Amino acid sequence: MAEVTLVDAVNLALHGEMARDPDVVVLGEDVGVDGGVFRATLGLLEKFGSQRVMDTPLAETVIAGMAVGMAAQGLRPVAEIQFSGFAYSTLDTMINHASRLRHRTRGRLTCPMVLRMPNGGGIHAPEHHSESVEALFAHVPGLRVVIPSSPKRAYGLLLAAIRDPDPVVFLEPTRLYRLVRQEVADDGKALALDTCHVAQEGTDLTLVAWGAMVHEALAVAEQLEQEGISAEVIDVSTLKPLDLQTILESVARTGRCVIIQEAARTGGFGSEIAAGLAEQGLLSLLAPVQRVSGWDCVMPLPKLEANYLPGKARILAAVRRVLEFQ
Amino acid sequence: MTVVARFEVTHTRFLDQHGTETQPLPDFAQEPRALVPLYRNMVLTRTYDARAVALQRTGQLGTFASSLGQEAIGTGIAAAMHPEDVLLPSYREASAQLARGVRMAELLRYWSGDEAGMDFSGPRQDFPICVPIATQICHAVGVATAFQVRAQPRVAVCAFGDGATSKGDFYEAINLAGVWRLPVVFVCADNQYAISVPRARQSAAQTLAQKAIAAGFEGLQVDGNDVVAVRHAAEQAIGRARRGGGPTLIEALSYRLTDHTTADDAKRYRSEQEVSEHWPLEPLGRLRAWLVAKGAWTKEDEEALIVECSKEVQSAVDEYLAFPPPPPQAMFDCLYAALPTPLGAQREEALRFAAPRQASTEPGHG
Repeated sequence: MAEVTLVDAVNLALHGEMARDPDVVVLGEDVGVDGGVFRATLGLLEKFGSQRVMDTPLAETVIAGMAVGMAAQGLRPVAEIQFSGFAYSTLDTMINHASRLRHRTRGRLTCPMVLRMPNGGGIHAPEHHSESVEALFAHVPGLRVVIPSSPKRAYGLLLAAIRDPDPVVFLEPTRLYRLVRQEVADDGKALALDTCHVAQEGTDLTLVAWGAMVHEALAVAEQLEQEGISAEVIDVSTLKPLDLQTILESVARTGRCVIIQEAARTGGFGSEIAAGLAEQGLLSLLAPVQRVSGWDCVMPLPKLEANYLPGKARILAAVRRVLEFQ
Repeated sequence: MTVVARFEVTHTRFLDQHGTETQPLPDFAQEPRALVPLYRNMVLTRTYDARAVALQRTGQLGTFASSLGQEAIGTGIAAAMHPEDVLLPSYREASAQLARGVRMAELLRYWSGDEAGMDFSGPRQDFPICVPIATQICHAVGVATAFQVRAQPRVAVCAFGDGATSKGDFYEAINLAGVWRLPVVFVCADNQYAISVPRARQSAAQTLAQKAIAAGFEGLQVDGNDVVAVRHAAEQAIGRARRGGGPTLIEALSYRLTDHTTADDAKRYRSEQEVSEHWPLEPLGRLRAWLVAKGAWTKEDEEALIVECSKEVQSAVDEYLAFPPPPPQAMFDCLYAALPTPLGAQREEALRFAAPRQASTEPGHG
């Protein structure tokens, strides 16, 4: 079994699913000849041809919009948006159509599409290339929002997303694309959607994160372990619909919770989790829930990126606050 | 300096406002009786339209978008489509939808505020009415791409108004359709107004049809109040698309003879004189005059048709009024293929707080 990166795992899942299901097609900017700017679609054009691997004109609105039309006809389009900063023009499609085609036609037409894109910063990319857009999509009823945190999870979750009968926004953490390697069995097995994943069990506090922040949380947990503190790390791999139950159960045991997100704080997805804990888990809490997030600032250019993104120091400070709370 | 490209845009009409032939008619119009179904569909649409407005005015229907004066456009394109083709309409294509087999009661159900009206029992793959302007044009190129990928000889036909051609969705979609030579026909029902903004303030382009030229395919203009011209242009375009010849943009010139919707008051932005000047150009009168002149239509035929259409509309209204209101769980039950577990609690809460009248209509929750 080969060790692969997260972007390789995405590529592996696409190759496998296109071979298994002739209805799966890939479309987007530079996904064909170029293999995608991150090489997520490498080799697909050569193997499956231009009828199924489509280099589109440079037009995000129609990329998302046509995926709706293709999906309504029973194809399973996997549309790539090159960078999340260019995904904003797809919101109209995803909110007004993809998410509600099934509902507005009472199931007559459906929309089994995947809109995948890199998400978040940390790779010193140019302006508009490092946005964290998950909360925008997670607000939309009818969508699924999925974020993998490792090569294995990218492989299994992407298969699940493609096979899902409803639209899925699949956000690939840019920073993790080539950060870690992991053995991934190319066995065609999908992981479950709509459920959180316990990345590490612990008893003293709960760290809740998704995407690249899972790695920060795991690094913090490792350091805490050396101090004799046992942190549970929950990977919220499906943000929408949110499996709050797993988080509630964890916090019921630990009594303390820190939520870590890369996106700006206000209206961020961490706020939804914190609100859920306040509504349903208040009596389990031994300390106020803490959010560690990007600031309510515009995502800065690379020179200040490290000042914006939550890192170990900021997470540890929040951990101290919940542990030391009297 | 060298001229590197030169284009022309044609305008086609067969019947003028008096129903007089302005040029030899296409094959399908050689036998006058063959056009009676088109006339019938236009009269039926207009009867439905007037009744829908009346229902709205008496509190029995929600906001309604009339297609008064534009009946020829939908009628003409539907007549040119095959059943297996897919129509992607805006909200002013009732004549096309009815001709395609969407039930009138379903349309009323939709305009009453019930999504179930978009679960067409007729053309199962046709798209529902599209409200966000021009977005359906992107869906149409997706549908056409699916046909192309599967090598199916089918065509996507997308209808939209003049205002839609100002949106990025339109440009992105027609551009892509041109590059990929997709089997799609774009029909711009140019009714001169996007709510209050007149055609002249919408685009400085001489015609809207010429926007296709920038996308690398043919754009042409027809008299959208001449159903023969619309059907002819649609047949040519759909036939070409089916044979792999790529897309066409048809600009069908018409005029919106009434308000944008029942929530609009057109007197705020255009004179009644302007509207009355357009009444003699409307599509029904000219086809009737032509049919009469050809000896294919009599006063008795007309009276019988009016009775028949009124009955059909009344029967649809009766059917529509008998529909129970949607049960509150419908908000949840068609959102995803299967209700995600986390949504179960909200569904239960919604049912617990549901208005008694609505709750009483749902099986198992009475």
